[in-house]
Amino acid sequence: MKRVIFWGTRGSLPVALTHRDIRDKIVAALTAANGKTFKTRQALDEFVDQLPFAVNGTFGGDSACVEIVGDGPEHFICDMGSGARPLGQAKIAQYGVPNPQTYHIFISHLHWDHLMGFPYFAPMYIPGNRIVIHGCHPQLEESIRLQMQAPCFPVDYAQAGARIEFDLMTPDKPQYIAGINVTPKKQLHAGDSYGYRFESLERTVVYSTDSEHRLDDPAEHDEFVAFFAKADLVIFDAMYSLAEAVSVKADWGHSSNVVGVELCQAAAAKRLVLFHHEPVHDDKQLARLVAETRRLEQITRGIRAPLEIISAYDGLILPL
Amino acid sequence: MNLPTREQAGVLIVSVSGRIDHVASEEFTKALNPLLDRCAQGHPPIVLDFSGVDYISSAGLRVLMMASRRAKAQMGTFAIAALQPLVQEVFAISRFNLIVPCYQSVDAACKVLGA
Repeated sequence: MKRVIFWGTRGSLPVALTHRDIRDKIVAALTAANGKTFKTRQALDEFVDQLPFAVNGTFGGDSACVEIVGDGPEHFICDMGSGARPLGQAKIAQYGVPNPQTYHIFISHLHWDHLMGFPYFAPMYIPGNRIVIHGCHPQLEESIRLQMQAPCFPVDYAQAGARIEFDLMTPDKPQYIAGINVTPKKQLHAGDSYGYRFESLERTVVYSTDSEHRLDDPAEHDEFVAFFAKADLVIFDAMYSLAEAVSVKADWGHSSNVVGVELCQAAAAKRLVLFHHEPVHDDKQLARLVAETRRLEQITRGIRAPLEIISAYDGLILPL
Repeated sequence: MNLPTREQAGVLIVSVSGRIDHVASEEFTKALNPLLDRCAQGHPPIVLDFSGVDYISSAGLRVLMMASRRAKAQMGTFAIAALQPLVQEVFAISRFNLIVPCYQSVDAACKVLGA
């Protein structure tokens, strides 16, 4: 596996910046510039690059869609949130038509925010493409078809040009798919969700979203430590603060940055990616969250090797 | 887990020490439960003296949330005091400082909660 590309990182519902958000960023940038002039574009770019990410960028608002770029020609994608739309466009732009491709799509669960991008995933309309949708829910095919039926969507599922196959996987059973061993794990979420551990000869990536963790269940803790064990990258549902996750939002099926750090530290994982961002959080709040999470890792590290903390954003590319 | 107690200004002070990690949190719950039985209306407030705690995990924080919730249901008063700086940071990062009453020191807690 070469790299991971984040096409959609928001939880529950896609969001967009408002005019007020954009205005605040412009004001912050101009305030930081404090009357400076820039003689060249390069000088301007250098100034912009040193601004905080919440000023010069945005975490984005598309819902869950993550690409794992493997060593072979076949494509690996986790979830079909609204981030599947730009992903599909990028694939068409890269490979053109006709140029048949095989896409392996791993679905964590059947809630709408994780499926809604599929009707907008352009490769599904291109004859010659092969799309294999992997998952552990028996209603996987039914759910995909359901959202592409009148009156939900104008284009019926039958209009798909690609050959679409469904692969019902078994939790805890590794399956060898196009050069990568993929192991699903059942997670606590309404209607169940499944995390996936992707292992190649040299790298391990874990995709674990929409997963609540029971803090009073040591056996569950140990299971996830094993699932994350020595991973190069763990993509983790950090939607809520720990206080929210165990109190007002208990049983809502999500986790926190604190639990992500603890599990990754216990599992000796190398990098933790905060993912499935709360839709009500703006860029400033998400930037604060990742800074606090880095501090938490630092003060609880002890004699362990450092755990790198990253907050996912739409368009982020992480080499493995 | 041993939780020594003492009374100060009409408040039951419970001394907690060591690391409250995933393993210790179960023992922490067991040790705390009998004390929480008495954390009710008409009984002295309970303040956990955290000056001896140098680490607390999410599981330990959950124990505190459950204790606070139980005390509230029993119309009792439950608080934590004298957190070490790093533990205080963990409380802030996890937002537990917003759901469990925390005081700078045992004296400060007694001043507010005591008779």
